[in-house]
Amino acid sequence: MNPEALDVALTMSMLLHAKPMDEVHVMRKVVIDGSNTTGFQRTAVIALNGSITVEGVEVPIEQVTVEEDSGRKTGDTKTSVIFRIDRLGVPLIEVSTGPVIHDPEQAGKVAFAIGRILRATKKVKRGLGSIRQDLNVSIKNGALIEVKGVQELELVSKAVGYEVQRQLALLEIKDELRQRNVKASDIKEEFVDITDILSDSESKIVQSALNQGGVALALELPSFKGLLKRELTPNVRLGTEMAKRAVFWGRVGGIFHSDELPAYGIDSNHVEEVAKKLGCGDLDGFVIVADSLENSKDGLRAVVGRAREAVERVPEETRAANPDGTTVYLRPRPGAARMYPETDVPPVQISQDRLERLWENLPRMPEELAKELGTKHSLSPKLATQLVDSDYLPLFEEIVAQARGVAPSFVATILTESLRSLQREQVPVENVQEDQLKQAFELVSKGATAKESVLDVLKWLAFHPDGVAEEAVDMLNLRMLTESDLQNIISKVVESNQALVQENGVKALGRMMNLVMGEVRGRADPRQVTELLRTRLEQVKA
Amino acid sequence: MTVLVLEGYHGGVLQKLRKSRAKIGSMIRLTLKSGEVFEGTLIPRSEYSDPTHIVLKMKNGYNVGISLDRTEKLEVIGEGEKPHFTKPSPPANHAGLPKVAIVSTGGTIASRVDYRTGAVQPALTAADLASVVPELSSIAEIDTHILFSEYSENIGPTHWKGMAEEVAKKIANGAEGVVISHGTDTLHYTAAALSFALANIPVPVLLVGAQRSSDRPSSDAASNLTGAVALAAHADMATVGVAMHRDLSDHIIVAHQGTRVRKCHTSRRDAFKSINSNPLASYDLKTGQIELSKGIAKRDKSRKLALKSRFDQHAYLIKFYPGMNPGIIDSAVSTGARGIVLEGTGLGHVSGHLFDSVKKALKREVPVFMTSQTIWGRVDMNVYNTGRDLLNLGVTPLEDMIAETAIVKLMWVAAQTKSAGKIREMMLQPIAGEITSRTLVEAS
Repeated sequence: MNPEALDVALTMSMLLHAKPMDEVHVMRKVVIDGSNTTGFQRTAVIALNGSITVEGVEVPIEQVTVEEDSGRKTGDTKTSVIFRIDRLGVPLIEVSTGPVIHDPEQAGKVAFAIGRILRATKKVKRGLGSIRQDLNVSIKNGALIEVKGVQELELVSKAVGYEVQRQLALLEIKDELRQRNVKASDIKEEFVDITDILSDSESKIVQSALNQGGVALALELPSFKGLLKRELTPNVRLGTEMAKRAVFWGRVGGIFHSDELPAYGIDSNHVEEVAKKLGCGDLDGFVIVADSLENSKDGLRAVVGRAREAVERVPEETRAANPDGTTVYLRPRPGAARMYPETDVPPVQISQDRLERLWENLPRMPEELAKELGTKHSLSPKLATQLVDSDYLPLFEEIVAQARGVAPSFVATILTESLRSLQREQVPVENVQEDQLKQAFELVSKGATAKESVLDVLKWLAFHPDGVAEEAVDMLNLRMLTESDLQNIISKVVESNQALVQENGVKALGRMMNLVMGEVRGRADPRQVTELLRTRLEQVKA
Repeated sequence: MTVLVLEGYHGGVLQKLRKSRAKIGSMIRLTLKSGEVFEGTLIPRSEYSDPTHIVLKMKNGYNVGISLDRTEKLEVIGEGEKPHFTKPSPPANHAGLPKVAIVSTGGTIASRVDYRTGAVQPALTAADLASVVPELSSIAEIDTHILFSEYSENIGPTHWKGMAEEVAKKIANGAEGVVISHGTDTLHYTAAALSFALANIPVPVLLVGAQRSSDRPSSDAASNLTGAVALAAHADMATVGVAMHRDLSDHIIVAHQGTRVRKCHTSRRDAFKSINSNPLASYDLKTGQIELSKGIAKRDKSRKLALKSRFDQHAYLIKFYPGMNPGIIDSAVSTGARGIVLEGTGLGHVSGHLFDSVKKALKREVPVFMTSQTIWGRVDMNVYNTGRDLLNLGVTPLEDMIAETAIVKLMWVAAQTKSAGKIREMMLQPIAGEITSRTLVEAS
């Protein structure tokens, strides 16, 4: 096991007041979606039973584990999934809180607090996805749902909120089905071949399935009419949930349900005929799948399972977060049974010496760090805190050490407030690499460009991720002017404003200054311009 | 492997566990001096671990190790279920399928993991195999036999003899193909040995292994076994070979000629490569299609197998390296070598400072053979002075024979004849495709 990863995890554990294990045992957690080439993810408990206080409330930290990160899914086709494996095997620290967070807003705050402590170790990688939140959400009478892959902190409370809403809606549907006297056993695994009926439909999905020798099958869902289109969260309906199950288990592209038909090339005649063939009554719904016989059957079987659950309970699931905070079915929730010992990695004993060494080198907590930064670099408390909470603290320290003569408060402002406002203007600042940021400040330090130009340079780099800061300065015409360049420009401005100069002499300095700066802004130091201009005006007078 | 009562525990921890009547699988509660409480299932420890920690599997599935020194109280709070494996029902017999014998020599090609304790239980009976690799029952009628259970690095000439005799028995009993499961490290040495020991073979004999053990989802055990059984049952060939992955995907299983194959990677699934030759046959796991190379020996059940399974271990394989002490060759000679295979550099060279020792060996009627440590290619000792000097001393170049096959062949040849001249002659005579006068570009 990578000793540095273990040290960071132990350090984290100490900051979270969790108790390190005496001996760390690595386990294999079976993951067969392809994201781990071995088919398992290696994971080990480092510490247990910690706690942090968030706004006066104590939140238990149940467990801190070190895991290896999985490959990142970058795309899929009907029969394959594509992963990038540059992230695979990178050590990852998982912090699990106890089930004591009671509202979505609190969830967001706890995640933020843990993130701050993680950053205090200065070992956290910058960028989207380097800190991810998995949320376990359960409500009364509902189920424990694990939401994976919440990448942005702002999304935590939203995702929790949506999940609560989804479970409440599912409970409502359950009650309604009960009122309609539906039992799980009423939903029969009887699939009716409706290939004949749909053979003339204009649905591309149906036609492509039939052309490849597939079938169209239908399943009756007794008393489900109107419920399939019931919205659980924005754009997620009960029908969507069924579809995702069918896709997962049946490898089908999707399903058609009666609440959304006629549509997609299936017209009202088709709908009527299918309903008739299934023997549907007024309150009954149905689902159609078109694919190979095997896939169609597997898909509909999954729909039957989901429909039966709709009658009985909210099913336990692992779900994936969408960018808007809503979630979709990812896979069933695995149990402890998928864990077995990793025999290739011997257990690691955590020695007292190691713990003492780490204890003596514990990083300062965010508040302390902010205070120290404020004093050392004359930053306002607000700016210092923002810096500590950003991903840029290590970079800030590097830049300040390297870029002599650039005010630390200026660097801090750019790295926090300015970058964020660029982001708000839809500038893709995430494209700007640390090296490029360093280059930009370096140019100011060398006097090659004015500090007022830094933001423009970064903006240019955001749109030209392969570029370097020097290039940006040239492309944007932001290179500092030499004294003789400046003299020339001043001469030109003085010449074209002869009357003003002749009349007012040095008194025209203010107005002349505006005119010259209009030409050279960002490329000259205003103090230097003032001086050169004053000398020139005095000469004119003489 | 069965779970012993307190496997892996020793010293103070063992005594403490015994006193509490704890067994592997018991539910244990540990109360620490700090007041912390841990509950979980007692898990075996590995044999080299220290005597001061207790390993528990917690309810969430994680194992943790807790120091005895920090423990105040150890209680057994419940008896865990003994790990058990439900015997699968015997495979359905598909009438008319060819009979294939699977002989196991070690390496758990198929096994089940007890997820509670992590104990690995080998699956080796026909019924076990069929339940772990259900594809097999639709490919062939399987008969399984555990010959011995050895790590492949411990396998040597006595095991080769045992395997050759077992294969002969299986063929005599009507097997249309034999599959031998074997650890991968020395799989190619065994393959070469059986190639020489089983002359005039009527059906295919395929050795198979797994680069990833079967307790891993990424294991190639089942796919290799499937491919090996399919080729043994249906491929129209009659050669000793090695059946393993062709590349990284679980797609094609290829059979390499037993005298032409070498393990060329520590861990990749496609570690086995045909050297200076092409694979004999391939099996497509997706379509079940078999493709055969041109000119390979065909099945013929009327052919009478000739068993020559003796090997003489007075044979040495010596790899040359810069700065090598010539005494290595002297000492091989003084321990009664019947022949020495040198693994020289490039086209077949060793340093001039070894010439005296080589000369001494040859003078004492110990034939010296030359192969190349480049693995691929043919030795040619007429190109450089050193080569010509060695030829002049009386060193015999072994053409395109790979070093591992050469040493196995030397052991086998030495058991067939007393005469050094005859040994030299037989080493150059093609017996099981191990040496050819022509190498095709696409095979190198």
